[in-house]
Amino acid sequence: MKLNINGHETVVEVRGDENLLWVLREELHLKGAKDACLQGECGSCTVLMDGEPVCSCLVLAADAEGAEIVTVEGIGTPDEPHPIQQSLVDHGAAQCGFCTPGIVVSAYHLLETHPSPSEADVREALAGNICRCTGYGAIIRAIGDV
Amino acid sequence: MQIEYPTTVSDAVDVLASWPDATLLSGGTDLMVEVNYRHRRLDQVVALRRIAELAEMDSAWIGAGVTHARLERSPWQGLAEAARTVGSPQIRSVGTIGGNLGTASPAGDTFPFLAAVDAAIVLRSASGVRTLPWDEFFTGPKQNARRPGELIAGVQLPEAVPARQAFAKVGRRSAMVIAIVSACVTRNEDGDVTVALGAVGPTVLRARQAEAMINAERRLTDTMLDEFQRLVADEVQPIDDIRASAAYRRHASGVLARRLLERVW
Ligand SMILES: Cc1cc2nc3c(=O)[nH]c(=O)nc-3n(C[C@H](O)[C@H](O)[C@H](O)COP(=O)(O)OP(=O)(O)OC[C@H]3O[C@@H](n4cnc5c(N)ncnc54)[C@H](O)[C@@H]3O)c2cc1C
Repeated sequence: MKLNINGHETVVEVRGDENLLWVLREELHLKGAKDACLQGECGSCTVLMDGEPVCSCLVLAADAEGAEIVTVEGIGTPDEPHPIQQSLVDHGAAQCGFCTPGIVVSAYHLLETHPSPSEADVREALAGNICRCTGYGAIIRAIGDV
Repeated sequence: MQIEYPTTVSDAVDVLASWPDATLLSGGTDLMVEVNYRHRRLDQVVALRRIAELAEMDSAWIGAGVTHARLERSPWQGLAEAARTVGSPQIRSVGTIGGNLGTASPAGDTFPFLAAVDAAIVLRSASGVRTLPWDEFFTGPKQNARRPGELIAGVQLPEAVPARQAFAKVGRRSAMVIAIVSACVTRNEDGDVTVALGAVGPTVLRARQAEAMINAERRLTDTMLDEFQRLVADEVQPIDDIRASAAYRRHASGVLARRLLERVW
């Protein structure tokens, strides 16, 4: 099947009921989205599908055909970090870093739709992203300062 | 696994006529959890996301494919407030009212509104249309009256939806929680009140005695409110589970309904 990932058409093989997260990580070696809860609770696998944030673990890969998928790799790179990523670095807002890719994608969607969000908007946008290091204060300040 | 991607309802029901036991897929936010945990296997899938018809919404119709994100901005306050409490942005962006109905969890957050306004669920199959009042559609916890070969096309609202509506839900935090109790209270121009509660019975339910009492009295004194609260707490049928005890649910049902009644008065 064909997938459109970060602006590129990619052909992947799916056997059946794989979720999109599995295809991203195991077939396409895009390891930014994390494989954690597999039930939509943690948000560490967040990607954009047709511009909306989704948990890639809850997308049947076969149903993503025709959709535009953006992963954290499509938002910024180590050499050219997105301003959100730079702000997270500047604020020391990554502790273990596991939740960070999902947070970057959620924050990216927030800033695309609300260029100057209130703190409440930031908190609401991150309601589905869990940071088990509980570093929310720095994360919220970092996104507010982008 | 075989998968079909129909783009119209009539194509979808044709596929279902040959695959009556196929799994219907909307946003996947309930279904994929079961698949990921190997509680469900997918053999034949009918993916509904590409059917524009199912995403239609007007003053008396909500297509099954309307997402919670869109319901948040819908004109019905009791439904918009409910949709705003569903999961997280990642869940609301793709999770649909049709999927909520398909799962038919006793805690489905859109149901108190649907029961409070007496909505009907419309089912389509290759042999026609069935329109079921909400209380015939929900048949038990995670059970509904959909038959093999049918899909949920949407929700039909009555011509006059009561103007005043309020929804609230009790949970352990303000996001990402399954309701311990949810409730929707409405009041129409004539002053008639309806009260529906979720997560406190095998299906969403109406507190008919509390409604009858307040609709006979038509006054909101402290004594009336106390009686209303007591009747609601009496009528719910909660169970003990991991999220809360039956006793807590019963108490919270009365308190929640009372507060919502004050809001719509
Ligand atoms: C982290 C998380 C948090 C959640 N929080 C909430 C919450 O707060 N409140 C709440 O109510 N729910 C919640 N849910 C459950 C879920 O998101 C909702 O029930 C949602 O509305 C399901 O819609 P969907 O489109 O994703 O359904 P899907 O997963 O696609 O389908 C669900 C079921 O309905 C069937 N189905 C889908 N569409 C149709 C149709 N048109 N006709 C017939 N059958 C159909 C499917 O076969 C399946 O059995 C949560 C889920 C997750 C993962």
